[in-house]
Amino acid sequence: MLKTFSIGGVHPQENKLSAHQPIVAADVPAKAIILLGQHIGAPAKPIVAKGDMVKVGTKIADANGFVSAAIHSSVSGKIAKIDSVIDASGYAKPAIFIDVEGDEWEESIDRDTTLIKECSLSSEEIVKKIADAGIVGLGGACFPTQVKLCPPPSFTAECLIINAVECEPYLTADHQLMLERAEEIMVGVSILMKAIKVNKAFIGIENNKPDAIELMTKVASTYAGISVVPLKVKYPQGGEKQLIDAIIARQVPSGALPIATGAVVQNVGTAFAVYEAVQKNKPLLERVITVTGKSLQKPSNFMARIGTPMSQLIDACGGLPEDTGKIIGGGPMMGKALVNTDVPTAKGSSGILIMNKKEAKRGEERNCIRCSKCVSVCPMGLEPFLLGALAENKDFERMEKERIMDCIECGSCQFTCPAYRPLLDYCRLGKSKVGAMIRARQAK
Amino acid sequence: MDNKLLVSLSPHVHSGDSVEKNMYGVLIALLPAFVVSLIYFGLGALIVTLTSVVACLFFEWAIARFIMKHSGNSILDGSAAITGVLLAFNLPSNLPVWIIVIGALFAIGVGKMSFGGLGNNPFNPALAGRVFLLLSFPVQMTTWPKVGQLSSYIDAETAATPLSIMKGVIKGAPGYSLDQLPDSFNLFIGNNGGCIGEVSAAALLIGLVYMLMKKIITWHVPVSILVTVFVFSGIMYLVNPQIYVSPVIQLISGGLLLGAIFMATDYVTSPMSHKGMLIYGVCIGLLTVIIRLFGAYPEGMSFAILIMNAFTPLINTYCKPKRFGEVAKKK
Repeated sequence: MLKTFSIGGVHPQENKLSAHQPIVAADVPAKAIILLGQHIGAPAKPIVAKGDMVKVGTKIADANGFVSAAIHSSVSGKIAKIDSVIDASGYAKPAIFIDVEGDEWEESIDRDTTLIKECSLSSEEIVKKIADAGIVGLGGACFPTQVKLCPPPSFTAECLIINAVECEPYLTADHQLMLERAEEIMVGVSILMKAIKVNKAFIGIENNKPDAIELMTKVASTYAGISVVPLKVKYPQGGEKQLIDAIIARQVPSGALPIATGAVVQNVGTAFAVYEAVQKNKPLLERVITVTGKSLQKPSNFMARIGTPMSQLIDACGGLPEDTGKIIGGGPMMGKALVNTDVPTAKGSSGILIMNKKEAKRGEERNCIRCSKCVSVCPMGLEPFLLGALAENKDFERMEKERIMDCIECGSCQFTCPAYRPLLDYCRLGKSKVGAMIRARQAK
Repeated sequence: MDNKLLVSLSPHVHSGDSVEKNMYGVLIALLPAFVVSLIYFGLGALIVTLTSVVACLFFEWAIARFIMKHSGNSILDGSAAITGVLLAFNLPSNLPVWIIVIGALFAIGVGKMSFGGLGNNPFNPALAGRVFLLLSFPVQMTTWPKVGQLSSYIDAETAATPLSIMKGVIKGAPGYSLDQLPDSFNLFIGNNGGCIGEVSAAALLIGLVYMLMKKIITWHVPVSILVTVFVFSGIMYLVNPQIYVSPVIQLISGGLLLGAIFMATDYVTSPMSHKGMLIYGVCIGLLTVIIRLFGAYPEGMSFAILIMNAFTPLINTYCKPKRFGEVAKKK
C-alpha cells in the first residue's frame, strides 16, 4: 500500500492541463516590478536608488533581520522608481520598478548548463551562499530557506524530506521541473543534506506522476542516501505536517516546529534553486510557473523572471479568455484570487489559474446539515462545522480551546461541504482574532 | 462593468457534493424497501406512504412560507420527503389517513420546523412523529395487517408480528410460543407482519450498501448498533434460549435494521466524530435490546434512537476527533 498521511484529506479533480508541456523561457519583460516582501518575515531593505543601473543578478535589496531574504534583480536596466504596487494579496506593497535595457548578466553567474556534481563547501558556507542568493521555500509559503536550514540548537535534523508532491490541482511546475532537471535537483538535494548534516533524504512524489517517480528513482540510485517515496494521491499531502506524517509517520505536535520530528522539509523547486545558487552562483531570479485554465488556449509551463507581470504570461498562452471570472495566483485550493493581471510574479508564484465565470462562482450557502463530512476530511482533526459556528457567534475564546490555531487553511472542509458553507473563511477570521488575543496575552 | 474579476478566498473549487445529492441518495436507498412493502402490503403501503410524504412536504412548505416567512423552497432539498417516507415506513399499512396527517404535522411542525428547519432539530423528526402517534393512538399503532392482502387498506385482517410474539413469550402470555415465528428466510426477505418499511432485511441492507458506496453515511453508526445488538441478545439467548430468540432473528426482525441504517444515521441528530458515532451506536444497541427484552413495548428501536438523540450534544462535547499531533505527544 502506498504511504499517505493518516487523518482526513480529499481528492479534488486533478485537472493537470499543462502536464508534460516543456518549460519555455518566458520573454524578459519590458518593465519588471520586483516586490520587496516576497517571503515570510520583514520585507527586504532596498540598496539601490532611482536611476541606478543594475544587471541580471545584482542584489537590489538586503535581508532585513533574521527571518527575511535578499532580493536580486531579474533583469538588467535602470531603476525607475521605488513605489508601491498591488500584489497577489490585493494590498499595495513596496516594490522596485526597473526599466529593462538589454539582458546583461553579472559576471559571477555561471550560465553554462553543464552539470556540476561536486561541492566541496562546508555546511556553513552552503547556508551562507543560499542566504546570499535570496532563496525561499518555492512551494508557496516562501519561508527563507537559510532559516529552515539552521534549526534552533535544541533540535537536531535527522533527515531531509523533499516535497515534490504538488497536490494542488492544475499545477504542473514541479512535475515538469523534475522531468527536465532531475540531475540538478538531485545535486541540490545532496547539497541540502550536507547543509543540515544528515545522510538520509526522502523525495515524496504523488503517484499521479509515474514518469517523474520513475526518472527520479533512477537518478537517485546514483546518489548516496536519497530515496524516492511514491505517495497515494491525496490533498493536502504537500502540507509540511502532512508530508512528514506520510513519509516518516511522525506527527508534529500542536504548536511545535516541524523540526521537532527531526525532519527538515524543502520543496523540489527549492532544491533546484539551491543547486543553481551553490554550483552556479545564480541567485533566485527566475522560477517555473504554470499558467493554466480550462478556457485558456494553451496551458503552459514557463521559466519566468521574477517581477514579470502576470498579464504577459497569460498573453503568451493565447490571452485572457472572454469568459474569465476569476484569476488565481497559485492553485485552486489555496491560491489567492487576483484583483487584476498587472500583479507581478514573485518567488512564491507557482501558478496562474484562469477560471471561467461559471467555475468562479461559489454555491449558495445553506444551513449546516451536520453531515460531519468536514470533520472526516480535516487533516488536522478539527471540527470545521463547530469552528464556523463559533466564529459566527464571535466566541473566539472557545475557538482557541477548539484548537483553531492548528488549522492549516487547506480548505478541505469548505471543498467538501454539501451546504456550501464558507467554513475556511470563518476559520481564517477565527485564526486572526485568536492570534491577536494570544499576542496581546504575551505582550502583558 | 461586467468584466469585473471575482475575488474571494480559497478554496476556489468545490467537490460538487450538495444537500440534495445526499438527501435524494437516501431516498434512492429507501426504494428497495418501498418496493418490497408494495409486494407484501399492496394498496395500504402505497396510500400510507403517499399520504405521509405529501403531508410532510405540505407542512414544511406551509410553515416555511406562512409562519417562518421563507420562500418555502426548502421542500425541494429532499429532507421533508425523507421524513415522510421514514414516518410511513414506521407505520402499519392499515393506518387511517387522518392519523398519518397528524403524525406528519407533529414530525415536521414540532420535530423539525419549530427548531428552525433542516439542521437544527435535536430529534429525528420522523421518529418524533411515530412516537407521538404510538402514544396517542396505541391501538391503531399496534395492530398490523397480515402480509399478502394486496388490495385492502383499513379493512385488512390483522395478525401478531414477530416482535409481539417474542414479547408474548417473554411475558409468558398464554397462546404465544416461539414456534409461531416465521422462519429466518421469510424474516430476511420481508414476508412477515410489521411496519411498512421494516419488514425486509434484504431490501434495507441493499440500501445500506448503496449509501456506503455513495459515501452518504459512514459505517460507524449502523455497524456499532448491529454488533451491539448481536452480542447483547446473543448473551441473553445463551442464558435462556427458551424465551429469548437467537441474535440473528433479533437483527432481522422489527425495525432494527430500518432504524440502524436510516434513522440513527440521520445527519442532524447523530454525533459528529467517529468516536462519538460508535458510542452513540453502542448505546442505541443496548437500549434497544433492553426495551425489547425487559420493557413494556415489543419494539425499542425508536425510543432508543430518540433517547440517544438527546445525548448527541453531550457526546459531541466530549468526543472530539483524533487531533493531528496528539500521537506524537504520547511518545
